[in-house]
Amino acid sequence: MMNTDTVLKPISPILAQLQNVSKKYGAVTALNGLNLSVHAGEVLALLGPNGAGKTTAVSLWLNLLQPDAGAVTLFDLAASTRAARLRVGVMMQAADLPDTLKVCELIELTQSYYSKPRDKTELYAMSGIAELLQRPYGKLSGGQQRRVQFALAICAHVDILFLDEPTTGLDIDAREAMWRSVRTLVDSGVAIVLTTHYLEEAEALANRVVVIAQGQIVAEGSVEAIRGRVAVKSIRCVTKTSAEIVRTWTDVESAVLKAEMLHIQTIHAEAVVRQLLEADPDLSQLEITRAGLAEAFVQLTKEQ
Amino acid sequence: MTKASEALPNAFSIYALEARFEFIRTLRMPSFAIPSLLFPAMFYLLFGILMASKQGGVKASTYLLCTYLIFGAMGPGLFGFGVSVAVERDKGWLKWRRAVPSLAGAYFVSKMLMAMGFAFIIFLELALIAATLGGVQLTLLQWFLLLLITLFAALPFCALGLVVGTLVNSQAAPAIINFIYLPMAFLSGLWIPLTVLPKYIAAVAPVWPSYHAAQIALKVVGADSGVPLWQHLAYLAGVTALMLYAAIALWSRMKLK
Repeated sequence: MMNTDTVLKPISPILAQLQNVSKKYGAVTALNGLNLSVHAGEVLALLGPNGAGKTTAVSLWLNLLQPDAGAVTLFDLAASTRAARLRVGVMMQAADLPDTLKVCELIELTQSYYSKPRDKTELYAMSGIAELLQRPYGKLSGGQQRRVQFALAICAHVDILFLDEPTTGLDIDAREAMWRSVRTLVDSGVAIVLTTHYLEEAEALANRVVVIAQGQIVAEGSVEAIRGRVAVKSIRCVTKTSAEIVRTWTDVESAVLKAEMLHIQTIHAEAVVRQLLEADPDLSQLEITRAGLAEAFVQLTKEQ
Repeated sequence: MTKASEALPNAFSIYALEARFEFIRTLRMPSFAIPSLLFPAMFYLLFGILMASKQGGVKASTYLLCTYLIFGAMGPGLFGFGVSVAVERDKGWLKWRRAVPSLAGAYFVSKMLMAMGFAFIIFLELALIAATLGGVQLTLLQWFLLLLITLFAALPFCALGLVVGTLVNSQAAPAIINFIYLPMAFLSGLWIPLTVLPKYIAAVAPVWPSYHAAQIALKVVGADSGVPLWQHLAYLAGVTALMLYAAIALWSRMKLK
């Protein structure tokens, strides 16, 4: 697993930048003076609820939208230039490729766009599509299509990759394999912008997390730092005390019974544990953990 | 880390590859390939050969060869642009193409070449039927001119299809294209000669671009209505330019889904 505490080297050049970018759809403000930079060799995870602006931010870099104000650059070039596009790989959500083309044909076509196509053997190994090459894209399962889309994203030597929910629909093995490939790319200096709902993915890959809500950055830092921003801790135990009662205690955020285990979220774990033990001295399997990114993320966006 | 491209990929090879794959992938779509490639030949066989053998003979078979060639050339252009653009936009392929360094021009040129490629196959089918079963005898020059006209007749319908494809969604596109394609072919006298149809249909026929394309083809066999060639060409060029103008305006306002 990648060390999520990796300190960003300040010397890493900035590859992609949004400077004071605003974007409105009619009366709705999608982005409100957003500043965001992506450095070489980092995995930046963009998190946020639906409609928060993360898709808009990425769409600006992908040449799909124009900002109302501010500058959108890739390698100091305008995002719409071919020179910029040649250095970008992309894996989108809801972007179907032609159904009747075979996988090998899609690879050949996409590679023809780029000036530095990746060696085919290496590409097939990195994306795990070797056995799919002769199959028409439309006949593949959702997970297989996802792997092909990943292969197209990395079919050339690019400097930055935009991956939108890359592992949805993949089984555990395929997901782990894709993560391994992503880490290999990052080690070689490629920057990754990851938008995901799947927080485990951000935890596994990202060395920087940016949480966007209502068109602005509400939190930014390493996975650890984001987690630390939120004091919530999880308590789990088997006890006779009911969730309904625990929920009435001070500082208890939530309490639910899942598979015989009582799950409690609180910022004052010690006080709650004391109360739990007083209420039921026979409680067992007590566990206290710091919140995962999922809990931190929910908390941060709730504060808005 | 890689540096900015030293050598840009060769634009010609991208165009060639896009055109090849556009042709292959439409050929593999039964809903597109079967009606485009079979209907003109089937209709010609029925109306131009079987029915003509009872009435009109070789002369009728020759006349209908010209009009069914135009009918054949209309389909791939109309469907290749009208339906494909709508589907490819709605499925997100156009969005993906904008994000990668694909060439926008190659998208259109590959579809035009695909339509011309289909028109070429349709020409071979109809020419084979005409020369064998229909007893149609033409000089080599006449065959060549008919081929040329068939290929280029596809282009105004590419432009018309593009307008529809940018305007409507993928669910509506096939119905709308059929609603343009089939009535226009009939009203231009492509299935049954205008002389056999009611007078008012013949009177309105010069409105349809397909009528002018058919008149150009009929000139090759000396069966046209006698209007100078340049008038037909000018009308077709005008319609194509107007459609392209509309398509460009609509394209830039089109929302990529």
